[in-house]
Amino acid sequence: MRIPCPYCGARDASEFAYLGDATLTRPDPAAPDAADAFHAYVYLRDNPAGAHSEWWYHAGGCRRWVKVARDTTTHAIAGAELAEGAR
Amino acid sequence: MSRLPSSGLVDRSRRLNFRFDGKSYHGFSGDTLASALLANQVRLVGRSFKYHRPRGILSAGPEEPNALVELRSGSRREPNTRATVAELYDGLDAASQNRWPSLALDALSLNGLVAPFLGAGFYYKTFMWPATFWESVYEPAIRRAAGLGRAATSADPDHYEKAFAFCDVLVIGAGPAGLMAALAAGRAGARVILADEDFLAGGRLNSEAVTVGGEPGHVFAAQAMAELASLPNVRIMTRTTVFGVYDDEYGAVERVSDHLPTPAPFQPRQRLWKIAARRAILCAGATERPIVFGGNDRPGVMLAGSSRSYANRYGVATGKSVACFTNNDSAWSSAFEMKAAGVNVTTLIDIRREVAPALAARAKALGIAVLTDTQVTGTSGQPIGGALTGLSLRTGGRSDRLAADTLAMSGGWSPSLHLTCHHGGKPVWNEGLAAFVPGRTPPGLSVAGAARGTYGLGDILAEGARQGTDAASALGFAAALPDLPATEDTPAGIAAFWHVQGSKGPAFVDQQNDVTAKDLGIAYKEGFRAVELMKRYTTLGMATDQGRTSNVNGLAIMAELTGASIMETGTTIFRPPYTPVSLGVLGGHHRAKDFRPTRLTPTHQWAASLGAVFVETGPWLRAQYFPKAGETDWLTTVNREVKAVRASVGLIDVSTFGKIDLQGPDVGAFLDRVYINTFSTLAVGKARYGVMLREDGLVMDDGTTARLAPEHYVMTTTTANAAKVFQHLEFCLQVLWPELDVTLASVSEQWAQIAIAGPRSRDVLARVVDAGVDVSNEGLPFMGAIERTVMGGVKARLFRLSFSGELGYEIAVPARQGEALARALMAAGEEFGITPYGIEALGVMRIEKGHVSGNELSGQTSAGDLGFGKMASTKKDYIGRVMAARPGIADPERLSFVGFKPVDPGQRLRAGAHFLTIGAPADMAHDQGYMTSVAHSPHLGHWIGLGLLKNGPARIGERVRAYDPVRGGDFEVEVCAPAFIDPNGERLRG
Repeated sequence: MRIPCPYCGARDASEFAYLGDATLTRPDPAAPDAADAFHAYVYLRDNPAGAHSEWWYHAGGCRRWVKVARDTTTHAIAGAELAEGAR
Repeated sequence: MSRLPSSGLVDRSRRLNFRFDGKSYHGFSGDTLASALLANQVRLVGRSFKYHRPRGILSAGPEEPNALVELRSGSRREPNTRATVAELYDGLDAASQNRWPSLALDALSLNGLVAPFLGAGFYYKTFMWPATFWESVYEPAIRRAAGLGRAATSADPDHYEKAFAFCDVLVIGAGPAGLMAALAAGRAGARVILADEDFLAGGRLNSEAVTVGGEPGHVFAAQAMAELASLPNVRIMTRTTVFGVYDDEYGAVERVSDHLPTPAPFQPRQRLWKIAARRAILCAGATERPIVFGGNDRPGVMLAGSSRSYANRYGVATGKSVACFTNNDSAWSSAFEMKAAGVNVTTLIDIRREVAPALAARAKALGIAVLTDTQVTGTSGQPIGGALTGLSLRTGGRSDRLAADTLAMSGGWSPSLHLTCHHGGKPVWNEGLAAFVPGRTPPGLSVAGAARGTYGLGDILAEGARQGTDAASALGFAAALPDLPATEDTPAGIAAFWHVQGSKGPAFVDQQNDVTAKDLGIAYKEGFRAVELMKRYTTLGMATDQGRTSNVNGLAIMAELTGASIMETGTTIFRPPYTPVSLGVLGGHHRAKDFRPTRLTPTHQWAASLGAVFVETGPWLRAQYFPKAGETDWLTTVNREVKAVRASVGLIDVSTFGKIDLQGPDVGAFLDRVYINTFSTLAVGKARYGVMLREDGLVMDDGTTARLAPEHYVMTTTTANAAKVFQHLEFCLQVLWPELDVTLASVSEQWAQIAIAGPRSRDVLARVVDAGVDVSNEGLPFMGAIERTVMGGVKARLFRLSFSGELGYEIAVPARQGEALARALMAAGEEFGITPYGIEALGVMRIEKGHVSGNELSGQTSAGDLGFGKMASTKKDYIGRVMAARPGIADPERLSFVGFKPVDPGQRLRAGAHFLTIGAPADMAHDQGYMTSVAHSPHLGHWIGLGLLKNGPARIGERVRAYDPVRGGDFEVEVCAPAFIDPNGERLRG
């Protein structure tokens, strides 16, 4: 599989480390329901068959965290973008 | 010799000697082992898998089920090599397989006599019980009797490589379609890779007597290859099999040196390619099918197109008296061309009532007898070796006999569409072609020529040219359709036919697995009718050839039995690899010591010169201990090293710790969010121990972080977690808190770091720092961290830290100065008897001091469990804070960190022992925790331990039972505070 790193171009997937679901947002730790929200953030995952947004880390390249839109059934990659804070 | 007088593309001026089963023969450059054996009239080449029946060469290509040999000898011995694709070289040595005592007289051929009992499902039904008999009796016996070749028993001496390649258009197969596709895309300027598994490009153009563009087919192929070779944007890879379609990439094996006795110096035996191609065109051709009839496995019964190939390409007559048996026109062409090349083709036997008048007329003109509406119902052969001598024929109701030493058969052709299935595409049955053709293809891959079911040569050339043009155009190249060379018509009429009913003797469907038509009948009767069940019950289509010549016949026979159509019956789909791939090439250089990189510390050579014993810790090789002359066991050495440190001074390389440089205005705030304790308040010039959690609330890592300047910190991580922590910090900065202005750099490789420890360590340090550097207790207090120079101007970071519990320092210098620093410290400490120590002594001292390490940072322990609960700040949020407050993690009954000493000081503690309340039964319900780390303390003179015990800190002074049924330990230990020396830390601060 080749991942189109926005910084380095299309690179072999073996250069990347996989993290998972990129749609999750770290909850507000001060919110009254923080315990439940963090439980969901840490443990609860969808397992979609089809379009998925996921984090890949270009460990063997530019070290940027890349948000990749990948179809889990075909491995087709629709796009990839840098995390907001990646420089 | 059965070499024809003039035909063939072999180089008769280059004679090659070779051996088969110990006997010497010769062939020519351009031969395969199979063609050379046939040229020497060697017809019997192996014994079959199950019944040990004598077998000859069936084909001339990668589909070969029978002619599997052991190639080479010794550590290069290579079993199950297809003689039909093994390129002949001078000195080649091959042996037949699965026979004893000899190929011609095989003791286990008696299996053939009991064949009625060895049919489908035999193993499943017979070797059922008792279960223990499988390993001890059944399996060894079966393996001995039914087997293929023997693997080499010593390590492969050759090298294998892996490589990447990139192109716009990958053309798979250099036959007529592939050549035209490559020419079209290559002339347009696209980057083209043309891969062909053969050593001679051209495919059928080398095997058939056709005219293309006014030239013989093989000349046209050579000219096309010459043009392609002249194009700088085209890369030609012969001897290269594209074996799989993966995601965006194609897997291929290049057989760099398989055609040589041994690889040339510095050349690999094979090379594994990952080819990233924007478009690919599969031009893999088609495979001829046998016909299923009684006795169809005799040496001498072979595929018609292959027999033609031996005549045209290799200049070899496959027999002295050749008959053809077919249901289609291509075998007629084969017969005509063989006859024209000088082979004695006597008879054409066709199951069809009518054939095209032009074919019949040509047969008559060439003097070949024609028998239409006729089937071969049996064969006869020589008493020893079984080679074909005659055929039984049936024309209508009449039986007849025909003498023949070769039967060239053809049941039609199956497109080589294997690669189209690799993304889940299912082949589709085409009734008119009597063949499966490609269904949905992988993204970017199209199919041209016979692989798509296009059999006429003119059509193939046009289809290849069109698809090459289309692929290049789709990628933005200005591609023009090449002029198509003129060629003759190649007839391809066919009447679907699979199986001669009522024939005599076993009628083989799958020759490699000895599966007969009767076995399929058994599978049908017993209900294994779905194709996947049929395959597994009968083993049809398994092993090295994966049913190349047998799958379609097997499906068709099952369809006849069930009365369903072939499309309804379905087909098994093909998975990678297309042909067998050696494990060696998949491993590449990653074997033995080179399985993964070995990382050496900056002082490795220095430690080696002192006789250090090294140990692998992750990828690192670290000094474990430094034995002196006369020390015979590791414990003696380690005790000496520990005592030396505690009494005077020692040094150890700690460069393997992860080192992360953090700079920017927000580093303090950032560290506050990733550590449980506070770093924004850390004074410049000071270091602090920190603990970081995962978001689930458990401890991820620990280490010290120093503040070198207001906006500059340097973090250390454990050796094992260096990469993981760095990745985590990058995630936090890039994904969670992009608003923080912090820049990270891993500097683990850039700095060598050496720890010195012991009461004289300050004296040693004072002698290596440059003049004016104050390392007194005031100038460099406990947890101080300063940047100075050492050894005459070498920039250095000096940290006053201790892992051992003694007064200690860590000195970091640029990595290339690491060894010089070690030598300088040794010289500076000579008068104090400075002692180099290894990670064993380091471990003993940290256990004596009660520091946690990897055994305790197991990913299952919380900060509270490890005694760091009070470190956690309540004034800020940090990663893991919310989840660490979960009741289950805050529960005081959790396993918590304490020390242990044996009640009987003579007992040796063992890590892994479980704790039980005294008197409680030894079962998991009463488990109280376990020992994580143990050491023999030279300071105390007995073994000590660290461990995790339920509600541990509240139980100090209590005795518990340390139970170790695995190693037989069962005795009482006393729970104590996890600090066996200097619990108040006076030594560190002095």
